[in-house]
Amino acid sequence: MTPPPRRERVTVVANEQIGPYTLLRTTRGEVDPGVPGQFFMLEAPGRILPRPMSLCLVPTGELAFLIDPIGPGTQAICALQPGESLQVLGPLGNGFRLDVEQPLLVGGGIGIAPLPFTSQALARRNGGTPPPAVLGFRSAHHAEAAALVPNAEVCIEPTYVTALIPAGLDVLACGPEPMLEAVRAQCPGSQLAWEAPMACGYGACYGCAVEIDGELKRLCIEGPVLAA
Amino acid sequence: MILNASGCLDALTAPNVAAALDCFVTKTVTPLPRGGNPPTRIAETPVGMLNSIGLANPGIDEFLRVNLPELAALGLRLWVSVGGFSAEEYAASCALLDAWPEVEALELNLSCPNVEEAAESAAAIVAACRAATTKPLWAKLSPANWDIAGSARAVEAAGADGLSLINTIRGLAIDARTNRPVLSLATGGLSGPALKPIALAAVFQCRRVSQLPIVGMGGVRTGRDAFELLAAGATHVAVGTTLFADPGAPGRIRAELQVELERNGFTTSAEASGIAHAPARA
Repeated sequence: MTPPPRRERVTVVANEQIGPYTLLRTTRGEVDPGVPGQFFMLEAPGRILPRPMSLCLVPTGELAFLIDPIGPGTQAICALQPGESLQVLGPLGNGFRLDVEQPLLVGGGIGIAPLPFTSQALARRNGGTPPPAVLGFRSAHHAEAAALVPNAEVCIEPTYVTALIPAGLDVLACGPEPMLEAVRAQCPGSQLAWEAPMACGYGACYGCAVEIDGELKRLCIEGPVLAA
Repeated sequence: MILNASGCLDALTAPNVAAALDCFVTKTVTPLPRGGNPPTRIAETPVGMLNSIGLANPGIDEFLRVNLPELAALGLRLWVSVGGFSAEEYAASCALLDAWPEVEALELNLSCPNVEEAAESAAAIVAACRAATTKPLWAKLSPANWDIAGSARAVEAAGADGLSLINTIRGLAIDARTNRPVLSLATGGLSGPALKPIALAAVFQCRRVSQLPIVGMGGVRTGRDAFELLAAGATHVAVGTTLFADPGAPGRIRAELQVELERNGFTTSAEASGIAHAPARA
């Protein structure tokens, strides 16, 4: 039983557009970046609830989150300008296991968010060589975000990323639910990073329950990375 | 005394948050295990949130065997929230919990908006539980009941030792993309700042007709919010939705409340309880 991580106010350093997404870079303060695939609850200014976001990159002294401004909360976060601040709670949940033999990163759309940090962490374990990655997007505009992931092969709909996955590799995947279901069917033993609406991120609200082993369990506690 | 609203904190996953409260209230436990409602279970609204968790809990037997010993080991003051679908079910759980000295009081969840409720009146359930335990019984009432003061009088007469005011009130959110309800079961319980005036009214009206102690809750985000519930007649305050955004809320609100009390010339919460009922100064 570990106490929940610290909540800290961090300051926006930069707000960069990458295709339709926003890369929000903040100061790191005393925040522990944690393990790739873990997540943070980001204050959404003017909203009641924070929003769960995985860490995309860990520039020196900074945290960077890749965010798709699809609703009022994410739009409020993406509207933050350098010098403005927000509360960050984390790292939360269980991230990817990095002790795999032949990693392959699989990402779809905004689900690529944790993969740059994951790639860096895996590269550090492998003499600096980043693992291969396959990424799928719905348009060339969205695919601009692929530049964040080294050593990546990219496809655009109607081609699906599952067509690019060779057999026999240790898959670490994050993307929309239909993609994760397809990866699960194709690659048993994969590590899949799921998402669910959540109010708290630390086990209090029971809002993020998903079916795990036939039971409804809290994704924030059991996940968000689950074995396929 | 600052508590958490039932179902808004798990002391086992966040023991240090629970330790910052004066007393921890469990998520409601029912006789049989409940997986809860299917996702989607939560939705943010402009000034609050909806939840449709559906009383997910391990059931009273598993709760007594596994959860309660773990909670007791944390050394917190502990209230257990009890739910059921008939007066007999509530009473049976109360009788089982009566044997646990670690449990300081029982809160009867008479008002969950996300499950089919017991058909009996709140007073009948309280009376059945009163016969089953000597522990203090707090009756958690619904703001959807227009005559909440009448309910307060009835549960007091039936043997309640305190009132917990208020539970969430039913609400609905429509998804902007699909034009269908966001929550899988369509409606959920509304909590957060939107609830504060409703909570204040409930506390105010119940204080007029009853001298039972009251846990006031609903939209408490700041020490001022807590102070206003005290002024309306609460003797204790609980925090709920604000915990989701701010796990540090108990300590922060406690400090802010102390400042607010002193600013108004009070030393303790007890002195401020009910001051809104005094005639206006000329």
